[in-house]
Amino acid sequence: MISLNNTGFSYGSRAILENVTQELAAGSFHFLTGPSGAGKTTLLKMCYLSLMPDSGSLRIFGQEVSELSREQITQMRRRVGVVHQDCQFLNHLTVRQNIALPLLVAGRNIEANMENLEDLLAWVDMADRADALPEELSGGERQRLALARAVIMDPEMIVADEPTGNVDWEMGQRLLTLLVELNKMGKTILLATHDLNLIRSIKGRVPASVLRLKDGNLSLAGARL
Amino acid sequence: MSGNPLAFILGGSPSDQIVPPKGNAAWLTGTASGAMAFIAVFALTLSLAVGRMADFWSLDLARSATVQIVAEGEALDLQTSAALEVLRTTPGIKSAEIIADTAQIALLEPWLGSGFSIDTLPLPRLIDVRIAEEGVDLESILLRLKAEAPDASFNDHSFWRAPILEAAQRLRLMVAVSLALTAVIAVIIVVLSANNALASNQGIIRTLRLLGATDAYIARAFVRRITLRATFGAGAGMVLAMMALIFFPSPAQTSGLLSGLTLSGLDWAYPLLVPLLAGLSAFIASRMAAHYHLRRVT
Repeated sequence: MISLNNTGFSYGSRAILENVTQELAAGSFHFLTGPSGAGKTTLLKMCYLSLMPDSGSLRIFGQEVSELSREQITQMRRRVGVVHQDCQFLNHLTVRQNIALPLLVAGRNIEANMENLEDLLAWVDMADRADALPEELSGGERQRLALARAVIMDPEMIVADEPTGNVDWEMGQRLLTLLVELNKMGKTILLATHDLNLIRSIKGRVPASVLRLKDGNLSLAGARL
Repeated sequence: MSGNPLAFILGGSPSDQIVPPKGNAAWLTGTASGAMAFIAVFALTLSLAVGRMADFWSLDLARSATVQIVAEGEALDLQTSAALEVLRTTPGIKSAEIIADTAQIALLEPWLGSGFSIDTLPLPRLIDVRIAEEGVDLESILLRLKAEAPDASFNDHSFWRAPILEAAQRLRLMVAVSLALTAVIAVIIVVLSANNALASNQGIIRTLRLLGATDAYIARAFVRRITLRATFGAGAGMVLAMMALIFFPSPAQTSGLLSGLTLSGLDWAYPLLVPLLAGLSAFIASRMAAHYHLRRVT
């Protein structure tokens, strides 16, 4: 699914990632941890093709990203669902319209996907908030909206950057449960978090591994949960 | 233009909803386009009026000439008869008539006032000559006049017509440059407006990129909005300018002065091109600006 081979990235002269080598298999569940500023978000951005590596190789869905055209990158982004801590929505559109946005930009017919859209609203428990604007939502609702939007295109992989950072424990668990359900459906999950309790709470629910990013290097933290 | 121009104008495409219907410079494009269209219509009118004036001088007056005979007593009458004979027998001369005393008095009245006697003035005899469309052999007529009426001089008006024609050409050139500058300013405003709209919607663009939107998809939403604002703004400016021209004082009210500064006949169709050209320019300029901007922010 994702193959990093001596991958590096720098912001100017400051190296964030150095010689990162890791394989993420299709259908696997990974936590990505590490101290603030370690490069978690940078690594995730590379995984959803928002950043390109400076050195080494990065293969996603079997394709070397440095060889992709602008159009191919756009097409590949549609195969990756992204959930941010600071969810980015179009605030003038309703919850339903925001969830449908990936379908719109891909030129899909909304009417044909309406049933799927309503199922998703129910799945994230937001059917009664479908016509609300993003600014009217709580932190937990915003995260669930982001998750629904991330999966509307039926992506092969979900990349989540601190999705539980702004929500309470109970809401964090609800989000994790949704991610676990997606993983059981065969989606690859890469979830960046510094919340060890969240990581521990997955034990016994789904096989997961913990990747630790420190000093620009990524390593398996040893734990296979 | 997403394939269908009508759909582009009417909207309703999902991409039309992605940009919020407000913005810091939302009014800028429409207002500036309106002002530019207003100026453009007036410049166009001036250009057409100058064109008509140039045509008048170059065509109508080119077909007239004056023969002036400066002599006294019997010599004046003899040379006048000889000159008339020469003129009337020259191919290309349509008519040759002595300008009557009453007409000469009328010409001098603005300077000398009424009630003067023409006999007290040493005035030359004037012959009004009308030249046929095919023209006349000027060299031949000059030689014949010199032989038959040595005190006669032939004036084909070129001495004072040429500088007027040159001035008219210069004025038309200046109007054309003004029109071009107006178009350049309009395009600059559109580009600035597009950049402003794109910069103030960076968050939306980032989100759309994240969701797999292509540059063309993102650009379309901005381009359509800017193009329509520019077109409707220019349309409003054109209507105002045309209303101003309709209510422009008539030739009778201006005693003939400035009477040409209006549109006539099919000329009224030209201003209709202004909003169309404004829309087309806005479409091309905003599309190029949007794609350039989107390529820069990878």
